[in-house]
Amino acid sequence: MSSATASDFRTCPDTGLKFHRPAEALIKANAVAAVVFLLVGGVLGLLVGLTRWPEVHLLEADAFYQVLTAHGINVLIFWMIFFEMAVLQFCSSTLLGCRIATPRLGWASWGLMVIGALLNNYAVLWKGNSSVMMTSYVPIPADTWFYVGLILFAVGALINCFIFLATLVIAKSERTYEGSLPLVTFGALTAAIIAIFTIASGAVILIPTLLWNLGFVSHIDAGVYRLIWWAFGHSSQQINVAAHVAVWYAIAAIVFGAKPLSEKVSRFAFLMYIAVLQIASAHHLLVDPGLSSEWKIFNTSYAMYLAVMASMVHGLTVPGSIEAAQRAKGFNSGLFEWLRKAPWGNPVFSGMFLSLVGFGVLGGITGVVMGAEQINLIVHNTLYVPGHFHGTVVVGSTLAFMALTYWLVPILFRRELILPRLASWQPYLFGLGMTGVALFLMGAGTLGVPRRHWDILFSSAPGGGYEFSAAALTMMSLNGMSVVLACLGGAAFILIVVGSLLFGRKLDEEEKVGREMIATPPAEASYAGIGSGSITIPGTLVMVFVFFAAFALYYFINWKYLAETWGIS
Amino acid sequence: MADQGDDDRDVPVMQRILDNPFILLFIGILIPTMTYIIWGIMELISIPIAD
Repeated sequence: MSSATASDFRTCPDTGLKFHRPAEALIKANAVAAVVFLLVGGVLGLLVGLTRWPEVHLLEADAFYQVLTAHGINVLIFWMIFFEMAVLQFCSSTLLGCRIATPRLGWASWGLMVIGALLNNYAVLWKGNSSVMMTSYVPIPADTWFYVGLILFAVGALINCFIFLATLVIAKSERTYEGSLPLVTFGALTAAIIAIFTIASGAVILIPTLLWNLGFVSHIDAGVYRLIWWAFGHSSQQINVAAHVAVWYAIAAIVFGAKPLSEKVSRFAFLMYIAVLQIASAHHLLVDPGLSSEWKIFNTSYAMYLAVMASMVHGLTVPGSIEAAQRAKGFNSGLFEWLRKAPWGNPVFSGMFLSLVGFGVLGGITGVVMGAEQINLIVHNTLYVPGHFHGTVVVGSTLAFMALTYWLVPILFRRELILPRLASWQPYLFGLGMTGVALFLMGAGTLGVPRRHWDILFSSAPGGGYEFSAAALTMMSLNGMSVVLACLGGAAFILIVVGSLLFGRKLDEEEKVGREMIATPPAEASYAGIGSGSITIPGTLVMVFVFFAAFALYYFINWKYLAETWGIS
Repeated sequence: MADQGDDDRDVPVMQRILDNPFILLFIGILIPTMTYIIWGIMELISIPIAD
């Protein structure tokens, strides 16, 4: 029996989507909180980048570690998870056209997350006694509010994941959809399941750590802490992966009316994420002496590759579905007419496509290098690691979420976008800057520059410092310039989104946006005869082969680097 | 009811698994908990304590 009435819903005049008003309010609240923490984390990221720029070296050591800690937590945890909570609510209540389960509990969970995030920032930035990095490895103590904040945030997010599951149950029992879940909602379900594992792991380790911090527990084993913390710390990035892949499928449908090449294959790829994506956390522990090679190799070089394969499936099917839809619309000449004629000035598409390419090439290939026990040794705990995750989390997830936000501002917030010309440039500005950050950090890491360290040259060390090669220092300078470029792109995003919410023309509930907000899918018959001969998506296949060639080349180059590490005499 | 039952039987097992969020949740918790956390903790606690 439904407790919602027709007046509890509004129907979007552009898309036909049914928004349950309490869910709509929660989606807005989570999205706004996400953007606020992106702003905070982005400003802190600029300070980190300017300090790592050797010629600038902006902050003193204490301030650097403080800012680096806050930057990591604000963007990797708070921005991402707030946005993902909005995605979960949108993909359940809105895409399934049903009421959201327990909206009051939804507000309670949102409140817990906000209080938790504020408390954590209070400990790191205000009290200043919690510069323990995002990992907060024991036995380095942080302020009690640091742990309390993270735990409250995690509990709030966990409640939200169960509200998502409960909403799926409501949709099924009230028959608001037939058959299987839509693929985008299935992707969101994947993200929710990974989030539940992730947050539970965080609770398992952070609650005892809080008790240790309060003096109720005498000792936390450092090895066990690292093991379980990474089930939280790295898996939280896998929530992002599942969520941004769901966003890719959504945007392909929104912009092109594209349908998945094979729903079965895409669902199976999501299933592989559910089963094994989280265990990629093990690559952070590949030099931990307490864990056997069997554990390390199974959890990275065997099982993790199933998740890599799943990502490659999505990397084929998303652009493949776009190519098929474009060809069905008549852009069927040559290999790449479909791509040339894509709406590159639409930030919803360009942000999504740059995210897809950047995630696959920058994040995907380098993730495999870090996940191989032997070649991991070349780059372990160097700047290669933040380079890799700026490729996955920032170019991949953040850019995809930004792209979706451009669509959500008029559809969800009922405001017209301001500064549309700047919006059409923003994904390129941000994407180019962050691609530079990822590439140059990984380049510096390959040359041995350590991560996290304020003074990579150890210039104040007794007996003199350490001289890195000119190439490594050049990489650090180029990284600094790329950070500035990316921050300009990030600032443009904040300006456009916040400016639109505050000053954009308000759209009435029944008023259309005035441009196409969701593409009409091509007719089934128009898919006949597309492509070249029996190959319907030749352009995507060529891109896939180029990707594989780059993948193999880069992988074996790293083995060559490893072989050169120690000379044989 | 009979039709409903027939429909259920027509759905392949794999599709039924994919359509059940709670089975997927079980898979998503069980596998990483066993292969990553439990196995890892067993290895760590089996390290002899130094004298």
